[in-house]
Amino acid sequence: MTVPFAIKAENISKLYRIGGQARVNRTLRDTLVESAGRLNIFSRTNGNSRRESDLWALEDVSFEIQPGEVVGIIGRNGAGKSTLLKVLSRITEPTRGRIEIFGRIGSLLEVGTGFHPELSGRENIFLNGSMLGMSRREIAGKFDEIVAFSEIEKFIDTPVKRYSSGMYVRLAFAVAAHLEPEILLIDEVLAVGDAAFQKKCLGKMSDIAKHGRTVLFVSHNTAGMLNLCERGIFIERGRVCEDGPIEPVIQRYLKSLRAATPWDLTKFEDRQGRGRVRFSRVRFEDENGNAVEHGVSGRPLTIALDYEASEDRTIPNCRASVAFYDGLGQVLFNCSSELVIMDPIDLPQKGTLKCTIPRLPLSQNQYLLSLFLESNREVEDWIQNAIELDVIDGDFYHTGRLYPEGWRGKGVLVDHQWSFDE
Amino acid sequence: MNTSLPGSIKAENTSIPHLVIEPGGTWEALNLRDIWRFRELFYFLTWRDIKVRYKQTALGAAWAIIQPLFTMAIFTLLFGRLAKMPSDNIPYPLFAFAGLLPWTFFSNSIGNSGNSLVGSSHLITKVYFPRMIIPAASVLAGLIDFFFAFVVMVVLMIWYRVPIGPGILMLPVLIALTSLLALGVGMWLSALNVKFRDVRYVIPFLVQFWMFATPIIYPASLMPAKYRQVLALNPMTGIIEGYRVSLLGGINGSRFNWTAICFSAAITFAVLVYAAYDFRRMEKTFADIV
Repeated sequence: MTVPFAIKAENISKLYRIGGQARVNRTLRDTLVESAGRLNIFSRTNGNSRRESDLWALEDVSFEIQPGEVVGIIGRNGAGKSTLLKVLSRITEPTRGRIEIFGRIGSLLEVGTGFHPELSGRENIFLNGSMLGMSRREIAGKFDEIVAFSEIEKFIDTPVKRYSSGMYVRLAFAVAAHLEPEILLIDEVLAVGDAAFQKKCLGKMSDIAKHGRTVLFVSHNTAGMLNLCERGIFIERGRVCEDGPIEPVIQRYLKSLRAATPWDLTKFEDRQGRGRVRFSRVRFEDENGNAVEHGVSGRPLTIALDYEASEDRTIPNCRASVAFYDGLGQVLFNCSSELVIMDPIDLPQKGTLKCTIPRLPLSQNQYLLSLFLESNREVEDWIQNAIELDVIDGDFYHTGRLYPEGWRGKGVLVDHQWSFDE
Repeated sequence: MNTSLPGSIKAENTSIPHLVIEPGGTWEALNLRDIWRFRELFYFLTWRDIKVRYKQTALGAAWAIIQPLFTMAIFTLLFGRLAKMPSDNIPYPLFAFAGLLPWTFFSNSIGNSGNSLVGSSHLITKVYFPRMIIPAASVLAGLIDFFFAFVVMVVLMIWYRVPIGPGILMLPVLIALTSLLALGVGMWLSALNVKFRDVRYVIPFLVQFWMFATPIIYPASLMPAKYRQVLALNPMTGIIEGYRVSLLGGINGSRFNWTAICFSAAITFAVLVYAAYDFRRMEKTFADIV
């Protein structure tokens, strides 16, 4: 039973009329009011509103996926990844193009679709399972397995509205994880539950991937993707930007994330957090406080972060951190203020935070930094993988020797000693 | 070129299904095959509607009985006693209840299925299944309430010692007609509701107006002949009168008006076909605009 391919997408495009979309959600009266508004010659929306309201979420996307391939689809928010999954899973129709699929397709665009709070865990397993395309017999056959995986045996007959959010998510994922179509489309569902459960989910995912299932996987989690997928498709502004082996695709994606002007962060938009206080500038300094463009192995490096709060008052109980990533988006280490300063930090409205690493433990390569700032345990500003740090080799070990290129260990240098006894 | 059926699941020599997704016409076929494939979901959604409807209510499923029963009591007082409404020689409570029983089912079904798609937006944007299942499940769930209320009808019939005639055999046909008409109207309204939320406010008016245009409070025989023609355009007229003959024909010896019933069936069929067509046409944009 060989098939020529699992999925073949030819030039699929999807047009959203943003203006139109907003309009239909309202009532006829709004439509009338809006039409009246259009007569107003001073109305600012008049000019090029038509052009702005059309959004090509996907444009001429083509690819072919072989049975058994595990493909990661990456791209930043709004790049069209989710639209692509929606089109593939027939939730919405493409505006143009053609898709051919061989095999039963199952899609997980969220966990717990159709869970009803009033129904018990048991009942929701059946409801959710049938929504995902499982037959009643199939669900009944896997029921015990699903309950065991979710670790909520005791509460299986309790209405899910009484569940904690963790229990809810575990049950929801357990159902999803037992879906067994030939082709599986997954959107970000791994970002659920506590760390231990996430690990379990990842394990289950790689099981699925290893069993010859075709998997399309959309996520921001580049590290997870690196473990699961052998191929990646990078989507940017609705178009396929790169399609090939996962590593170069991820590198290309991470490169695209970098701030255009890395030093000025005021206009940088790809950030998360409440935003009451934000990083405005970042620069690197050497031990004398002079600005430098790159770090040197074994030499001191200071990352100076200017920040600014939107309101003129002290920002209480802050924590800042700078995380270092390699070119594939895998975290190497994290420098967090909480680890080295005991007292809570109250920041004035405006200022500079400095993180100093006395002996930079990185070998020559390019690295990416993520900046993080929270106040009272709430994320204020989080910029991921946006700052590029070039490191050039230096005498870290004071032996004049360098960490050999190509050695394992991702270029992290660790202070160590060797000795021998007779 | 592609030789398989577009938009459908098709087994080709092997058990591996083959699916083609294309914009436009290909999806407009009724895709009964997909509806069949998701029949279990239909069952589960119906079951969920029934199960959830009376959760956290003190009286539970009794509401299915209370609604038509109290309406009947009020109608009997107002129209039977005070206004002395003629009722084709049938005791007025029986007369009213025989009309209210299917009407309550019909109007609740229109209301529930009309709002069903909008209420299920979280499903529509996240999973694929034939969307028609959603309004259809609402109608089917309403049928369960109908059977609860039917028990009251049986009790009333025993109380008034209504003789059962062969007309009772028509009951399943009438119930099917009511369900299909409710499905047609409800499905169409639900699709329209996705685009224009005004529908939500229109439904109560529609139901109220429709009730007065249907011989529930009054017998069709009350109408002068020239208006009766107009009244017959309403498919519910033939159906409601049909219920009366089927259940209460033993009292006054009335006969089925086959012309009216066939006419109602024809209109029901036309409404259903049009609604299904229009639903399919609008279905494509549900996920984008709901």
